[in-house]
Amino acid sequence: MADIKDTQWPLWEVFVQANSGIPHKHAGSVHAPDKEMALTNARDLYTRRNEGTSIWVVPSNSVVASNPNDSDMLFDPANDKIYRHPTFYIMPEGAVGI
Amino acid sequence: MNEQKNLEGFEKIINADKKVEPRDWMPEDYRKHLIRQISQHGHSEIIGMQPEGNWITRAPSLRAKLILLAKVQDEAGHGLYLYSATETLGISREELVEQLQTGKAKYSTIFNYPAVTWADMGTIGWLVDGAAIVNQISLQRTSYGPYSRAMIRICKEESFHQRQGYEIMTHMARGTAEQREMAQDALNRWWWPSLMMFGPHDSNSPNTGKAIRWKIKRDSNDDLRQRFIDKTAKQADVIGLTIPDPKLQWNDERGHYDFGEIDWAEFDRVVKGDGPCNKQRIAHHLKAHKDGAWVREAASVYAAKRAKKAA
Amino acid sequence: MTKQEALFKYTLRLGDNSLILGHRLSEWSSYAPILEEDLALTNIALDLIGRAQALLKYAAEIESKARTEDDLVFKRAERQFLNVLLLEQPNGDFAMTIARQIFNSAFELLLFEELSKSKDEMLASLATKCLKEVKYHWRHAYDWLQRLGDGTDESHARMQKAINDLWMFTGELFEIDEVETILINDAIVIDTRELHDKWLTKISDAIKTATLTHPAEGYMQTGGRIGIHTENLGFILAEMQYLPRAYPDAKW
Repeated sequence: MADIKDTQWPLWEVFVQANSGIPHKHAGSVHAPDKEMALTNARDLYTRRNEGTSIWVVPSNSVVASNPNDSDMLFDPANDKIYRHPTFYIMPEGAVGI
Repeated sequence: MNEQKNLEGFEKIINADKKVEPRDWMPEDYRKHLIRQISQHGHSEIIGMQPEGNWITRAPSLRAKLILLAKVQDEAGHGLYLYSATETLGISREELVEQLQTGKAKYSTIFNYPAVTWADMGTIGWLVDGAAIVNQISLQRTSYGPYSRAMIRICKEESFHQRQGYEIMTHMARGTAEQREMAQDALNRWWWPSLMMFGPHDSNSPNTGKAIRWKIKRDSNDDLRQRFIDKTAKQADVIGLTIPDPKLQWNDERGHYDFGEIDWAEFDRVVKGDGPCNKQRIAHHLKAHKDGAWVREAASVYAAKRAKKAA
Repeated sequence: MTKQEALFKYTLRLGDNSLILGHRLSEWSSYAPILEEDLALTNIALDLIGRAQALLKYAAEIESKARTEDDLVFKRAERQFLNVLLLEQPNGDFAMTIARQIFNSAFELLLFEELSKSKDEMLASLATKCLKEVKYHWRHAYDWLQRLGDGTDESHARMQKAINDLWMFTGELFEIDEVETILINDAIVIDTRELHDKWLTKISDAIKTATLTHPAEGYMQTGGRIGIHTENLGFILAEMQYLPRAYPDAKW
């Protein structure tokens, strides 16, 4: 066999849902040549202890992430919109169930 | 100018005890230090599969076999978590594997000692995992997000590792005369190497300063070593085994155990490649890697064929 | 042979099959082609050894001679092990392991499906649990057969050689003798000969899709089920039983 460059296969990001009704959460990554194996590898690695009811795998190079340099622009403007939070509103004494 | 602003931003994260994330700007030295430390940690898990793996087919009961197999599998898993964390720093798995095989990257010297008897499965769990856990608990607070998350997951999963090792030691220490002898012998062989796992003295550890300042490491080598000795000395007493250090003694004033000096010449020798199993461990890894090359290639080719058909 | 003796022997055979294949797969630990596959093979090994533990415990109960599952594993000699020859064959290259896996998991898929309806409640419930695991083992083997069969020239050749080499051990999976005959009458087990056609269809389809050629029919090896093994088993036992045999008084 000629000098074949080693491959450890492409990288996939793994999201695991711990229980039905809650969101999938990023668990880590695995390597796999195809989506079927990405899924089974994720199952074998990230749900060894009954951690999951559902798994998503996504090719790592398909994830679009925000740039930390844009954080000011993206996230700071939400800081002063406190009226979006329930604690902004003052309820009269004795009011319950609201 | 920009560089200065970046550095300030980075230090702000560190000083506020927040986590640095993969896409955040970080000093090149920080990145390099992390790659070195996390990959070394990952390689240790992977090479660490060998001394225990060598006993899976010889485990003396079905229960012991299942536990050991699950434990070695966890080590593969933990190696994977750590490789994943390293890959977020911009290094590929291919490079990581190559660094291990060419000796450019190190792994814990402890795995260059042979697992000679079944009692070694006890001491590896009790002492080697015990030492690793002390270190890993501390590293849960490390400043790099992916590393910290890997440590949290690993600590949660490894809590059974040390207990199963101590359980083996307990059975043997309370078993037949031959078992007791085997248990004490294993403790004698593994005690000092497990103390070496924490690395050189702080005064002699060139990378500690920066790593502590950047909060990659949260405790010094000597502090962690002391923590390990304090809890392990008592555990040895409970099962009636003797730690092979005549200077080991409780010091009321310090509130810690005093202990004898580590043989640093031995440590250096094993780090440099002259431990009993250095060559064997890498040869084993290389064999698996080479024997598997055609499998990895076939799976890639098959995936490409299918993608082409689908297109 | 009493019904109890037949049930003991049947359960022992099932248990030995799981044990020996579990042993073989556990040998892959730290030797797999890639880290992810190390975990996958170990998971299957854990399923199998766990299954062996449950089956051999049940066998020991049926036997009622105060033996434990560990006694059955560590204190029987070569001639007393009743696993089929296929499962004691060496791991070989990865293709050989996959061939062994696909032949056996296709068989187990059909067997446990039927066994889950057994009149023996314990066997039925164990089979139900195993069936879930075996579905996964089958998929693992099937996917790999495709990848290797239709991968590179080298992987194709290796996979072809592996199915050819192991083919002669597949006949034994479908044998029956007095043990099964007694239990078939009581609807505890089914006649495994009836599974052969379905198995063959499953395997032939998988082989064809993987662009491989069906192995030529030939003589089928036999003997494991009555304790006449290939030379491989002795070495497996020498390793597996070493500690309890060297220290018979010790408890671990």
